[in-house]
Amino acid sequence: MKQFLTFVRKEFYHVFRDSKTMLMLFGLPIAQITLFGFALTNEIKDSKIVICDYAKDEASQQITYKLAASNNFSIEESLLSHQQIEEAFKAGKIKLAVVFPVNFTYDLLHLNTAQVQLIADAADPNTGSTLTTYATSIIRDYQQDVLQSKSLPLSITTEIRMLYNPELKGVTNFVPGVMALVLMLVCVLMTSVSIVKEKEMGTMEVLLVSPFNPFLVILSKAVPYFALSLINLSVILLLSVFLLDMPINGSVVLLFAESSLLIVTSLALGLLISNSTASQQTAMLLSLMGLLVPTMLFTGFMFPLENMPMPLQVIANLVPAKWYYIIVKSIMIKGLGFSSIWKETLILVGMTTFLLVVSFKKFKIRLG
Amino acid sequence: MHDVVLDKIRKTYNKNSLVAVDNVSLSVNKGELFGLIGPDGAGKTSIFRILTTLLLPDGGNASVSGYDVVKDYKIIRNHVGYMPGRFSLYQDLSVEENLNFFATLFGTTIKENYDLIKEIYVQIEPFKTRRAGKLSGGMKQKLALCCALIHRPTVLFLDEPTTGVDTVSRKEFWEMLKRLKSQGITIMVSTPYMDEATLCERIALIQSGKILSINTPANVIAQFPQNLFAIKSTNMSGLLKDLRDFGNIESCNAFGEYHHITLSDESDATQHELKTYLESKQHENIVLQSTTPTIEDCFIQLMNNQDGGNSN
Repeated sequence: MKQFLTFVRKEFYHVFRDSKTMLMLFGLPIAQITLFGFALTNEIKDSKIVICDYAKDEASQQITYKLAASNNFSIEESLLSHQQIEEAFKAGKIKLAVVFPVNFTYDLLHLNTAQVQLIADAADPNTGSTLTTYATSIIRDYQQDVLQSKSLPLSITTEIRMLYNPELKGVTNFVPGVMALVLMLVCVLMTSVSIVKEKEMGTMEVLLVSPFNPFLVILSKAVPYFALSLINLSVILLLSVFLLDMPINGSVVLLFAESSLLIVTSLALGLLISNSTASQQTAMLLSLMGLLVPTMLFTGFMFPLENMPMPLQVIANLVPAKWYYIIVKSIMIKGLGFSSIWKETLILVGMTTFLLVVSFKKFKIRLG
Repeated sequence: MHDVVLDKIRKTYNKNSLVAVDNVSLSVNKGELFGLIGPDGAGKTSIFRILTTLLLPDGGNASVSGYDVVKDYKIIRNHVGYMPGRFSLYQDLSVEENLNFFATLFGTTIKENYDLIKEIYVQIEPFKTRRAGKLSGGMKQKLALCCALIHRPTVLFLDEPTTGVDTVSRKEFWEMLKRLKSQGITIMVSTPYMDEATLCERIALIQSGKILSINTPANVIAQFPQNLFAIKSTNMSGLLKDLRDFGNIESCNAFGEYHHITLSDESDATQHELKTYLESKQHENIVLQSTTPTIEDCFIQLMNNQDGGNSN
């Protein structure tokens, strides 16, 4: 036991004395979470729009205020005619124009129907349609306000509810993905490199010719990275909750338990890589190429898995991060308990057991 | 009583295409300082790794302290001290941390066996907070030796401990080994430096995976089959070439200040004939004298003998 603790302490020395490892360990997650949280979102914020208000009455003013109050739009200017709209688009300054016809409020209140024209710059079709959706929902919102205060005419309206993420925030999608990515990357890369380093520096040779059980070498390497990964996880969660307004609707304990499972999976994978490689460079390359790309592609947080061809969907099932992503989304966003994610958990447990068995079998108690 | 026994050990690499150790048999007595002498690539490290249970032999048997290197590898790993050829300690740990780590690894403490390493450790103690990677070559070797000794091994394997170490540190190192030997530790050491062979009690000369000779250094020298002559003149490089053209020359090797030669006919007449021949080739200040062979002379002679035997 004392041997084991000394070994673990030695491992911590290695980590804390190497600035590169420290940067990798703690810089990478923070950089990724802030990058994905702020820069790389598919939300559209503060799009410049123009209002062309021929009506200038109560309803048009109120809708304009509502548009101005939304995070998605910032009103550039109010125009007087259609010609000016075209010029504004050509200047490339604006993405959307809202046109209110004359007698807007009168029509709305007396004819029970009024029209608003939305003109979007569809050079980028996704942005164009997203912006019109935003604007439409704001106008519909106003319409409902009006309807509530007036006598209800017979009408059928569709009501759309975006469950779990009513504001359609991109963060909710990215944070679980980044968590999976960072945990996989840090654990796999760090363990594989640190074991291969012992081989490369020749220290493995000395370790083997000692009474120390080789399996304990592995275990005592896993412990520090396990602990550091949990710290990492806490940092990611704190950043997501306080900086990115990400909710944790489910049990935090369950979230940590499931994350620990993924960490063990990654450690096992790192172990397997280190057993099959002889140099730090190969181990690093294998961890990065073999993990970063599949995790990014097949986890589902960047590209929806449902849209992929069948063979790729099958491959995606082999990526542990995919299952973890589902688990994290279920816990954090949907607030579900263990009963809803036991299947995914079981798959991860299976993968971990398989990886551990294979890597222990492949572990060499001799050189060469 | 033998502490290390190799019986027809064979080791090949690259699917049998490269024979590193070729039917090597030797034994090291208890408490002996045994040297494995040979150039780089002779198979020394492979033998050490087989004995320290790091490699499996392809054929033959070997034992350390009576334990089989394949079956009883766990027991052997408890009792031997091993210092690999390359500096193999943690460069980012301090001298003291390294020593502490290896002491704990072997289930002991620095205190417990301090008397064994004291003489070596006091030399590096002033630098005990320094990172091992920042030590000089000689100090690194001393630290590595301390780490290999900290659990009071019965057999100590030192693979080229003096390679890359300055002359003074090398001398010190051999003195340390002698003191360790007096503590009753069996020491097997390898070196490519022939001049270090005489510091061992017995040596095995090895070349291309084959043992050329196993004996005491004195006996190896005594078994040199001919008289050895040292010869010099003012033009040494020309001399070497001219000597090789002389009919009665059997072997001729550059050897520092002199060239060492053996003659197929050692009579005074031939010696005289050689001198006249060289004078005719414009060599001046020719000195020809008989000399005692060194281990290197013996090694070269044995090597040439074996090559001759092979080609026949």
